[in-house]
Amino acid sequence: MHEMGIANSVIEAVRTEAARYPGSSPRKVGLRIGELAAVDPESLRFCFEALTKETDLESLELEIEIRPRRHRCRDCHTDFNVKDYDFTCPQCGKLNSECISGDELEMAYLEVEEHEPSPA
Amino acid sequence: MNRVPLEKKVLSENDRIAGELRERFREHGTLCLNLISSPGSGKTSLLERTLESLPGNDRVAVLTGDIQTENDAARLRRFGFPTKQITTGGTCHLDARMIDRHLADWKLEEIDLLFIENVGNLVCPSSYDLGENAKIVLLSVTEGEDKPLKYPSIFFKSELLVLTKVDLLPYVPFDIAVAEENARRVHPGMQSVRVSATTGSGMGEWMTWLEQRRAHAVKAQPVA
Repeated sequence: MHEMGIANSVIEAVRTEAARYPGSSPRKVGLRIGELAAVDPESLRFCFEALTKETDLESLELEIEIRPRRHRCRDCHTDFNVKDYDFTCPQCGKLNSECISGDELEMAYLEVEEHEPSPA
Repeated sequence: MNRVPLEKKVLSENDRIAGELRERFREHGTLCLNLISSPGSGKTSLLERTLESLPGNDRVAVLTGDIQTENDAARLRRFGFPTKQITTGGTCHLDARMIDRHLADWKLEEIDLLFIENVGNLVCPSSYDLGENAKIVLLSVTEGEDKPLKYPSIFFKSELLVLTKVDLLPYVPFDIAVAEENARRVHPGMQSVRVSATTGSGMGEWMTWLEQRRAHAVKAQPVA
């Protein structure tokens, strides 16, 4: 249950980034979470909502992209997704690969919206 | 709507501090090992046995994390090496800032080997880099053989698997070969040792691993 700390880090980063766009409000933040990151997306979403509720970020949307574990075959250099701990290369059938991604815990993007110009 | 790419790690602040710690460990030739397991798998017992068998003048130190109590530090302090308790007050893992703070009044140049005993938890500690040279995961034979499959992250990120409490194998339905095989499904080629802190069985193998890891760390230092 470290999702609260992670949600908090995301919100802090959104605030820092949003400060660079005066006259705009942050609308949506996109995260990439790898299968190996040991983070539960549902729990993270719950913490995120609890932390933004009744604040200026209440309407901030959270988009989570789950990234599979990917391996690269050391023999034929094919990249493939690993399912059910099966590390067999689908191209050459060998069991000699290394993990190249799947433990991400990253902020991919932030969407900001400019405020309507106030009527003169 | 304007989309700005961030491309930033969520725990970038933790990773920044961990990076600084790693650099300091390297500079001072300190090997830092982060011990992780479920509560009650025997991290403190393994450390007790380890500290007991090290020469009294060895430059070893221990940081031990728990949510509450100083009990583990009290157990480990008996061996005469610098030992500090980190009480997190509720947090289920140690983070790099806690390590940094607790190292503040220790001289790293006087520490060759730093053990960090993480809070008992197989999930959260795997996300927090502490600047360590290696994570070590413990799994006791009173747990399930399928733990590596249930908690793949920590088994994937750890350099060594220590199977503990092996003296209990005759009394529990635990297939140690299956546990090791499961660990290797998650982390191909993962090294493992089988120990009992109670009888001392397998401790030699663990101490040999430790010695080799220390020799490797010393060798890795750049020549000044």
